[in-house]
Amino acid sequence: MKTAVIVFPGSNCDRDAAVALEAAFGRAPAMVWHGETALPRLDVIVVPGGFSYGDYLRSGAMAAQSPVVRAVKEQAERGVLVIGICNGFQVLTEAGMLPGVLMRNAGLKFVCRDVDLVVENADSPFTRGYRKGQRVTFPIAHHDGNYFADPATLDRLEGEGLVAFRYAKGDNPNGSARDIAGIFNERRNVLGLMPHPERAVDALHCGTDGLPMFSGLVEALAA
Amino acid sequence: MKAKVHITLKTGVLDPQGKAIGHALESLGFGGVEGVRQGKYIEIDLDETDPGKARAAVRGMCEKLLANTVIENYAIDIGE
Repeated sequence: MKTAVIVFPGSNCDRDAAVALEAAFGRAPAMVWHGETALPRLDVIVVPGGFSYGDYLRSGAMAAQSPVVRAVKEQAERGVLVIGICNGFQVLTEAGMLPGVLMRNAGLKFVCRDVDLVVENADSPFTRGYRKGQRVTFPIAHHDGNYFADPATLDRLEGEGLVAFRYAKGDNPNGSARDIAGIFNERRNVLGLMPHPERAVDALHCGTDGLPMFSGLVEALAA
Repeated sequence: MKAKVHITLKTGVLDPQGKAIGHALESLGFGGVEGVRQGKYIEIDLDETDPGKARAAVRGMCEKLLANTVIENYAIDIGE
């Protein structure tokens, strides 16, 4: 199984993602620079967190137009599994691979802490290691995590089971519509989420609640 | 030609930065401020000399990159 982590100027969670992928898959991911126009055959692509292109214009907007993201989009259309974490989620929405947009946090502050999440849908390659309704704790660290979409899109996401994670009741850190922390695309081969599962995979982290996401991916691909 | 692009949040989209600016103005003693919305202003120098073509080109730029039309509107002003 082959995995890759996309690296933009300003990415800062690429190495965390690589460590989590290597631990789960037993082999290091390819680290792919933003200027690449083609990707090798892959099973999983992580678009990591950070401040790609300095978050100029809008978070993720410049990265969404980079050559490598066009290649990521093509791979996603072929069914390759893609995870966008934090800035990666912003990139995927700006690239039109996921609906909605991540706006400035409602409280205007950069929020860096652990949050409790509820797994809303465990029927996906990303969430099969969890139970529906399970509470997990992941760290967050973002300024623009306030998920927004028009009411019709939100209704569609909820109706079609495309909400992957929600912030636990009373623990919405950024004003996200309907407490949404992570969503799938329609085919459920693309996941975007603001919290960082790759920063919760080692006993020295805040916990290991992120492990089932990576071990679930390995199982899904082996199945 | 020069294109001036104003990008503003759509009506109904919450603008916490605008709200914070409004509160700051109030606390500075500026009365009568009923609302503040923050946006972006971008100037683009173009080698195009035809205003219609310049506008069409800038519209393409707005749709593709400058604005996120999920939450933002844009207005284009073309001039010398």
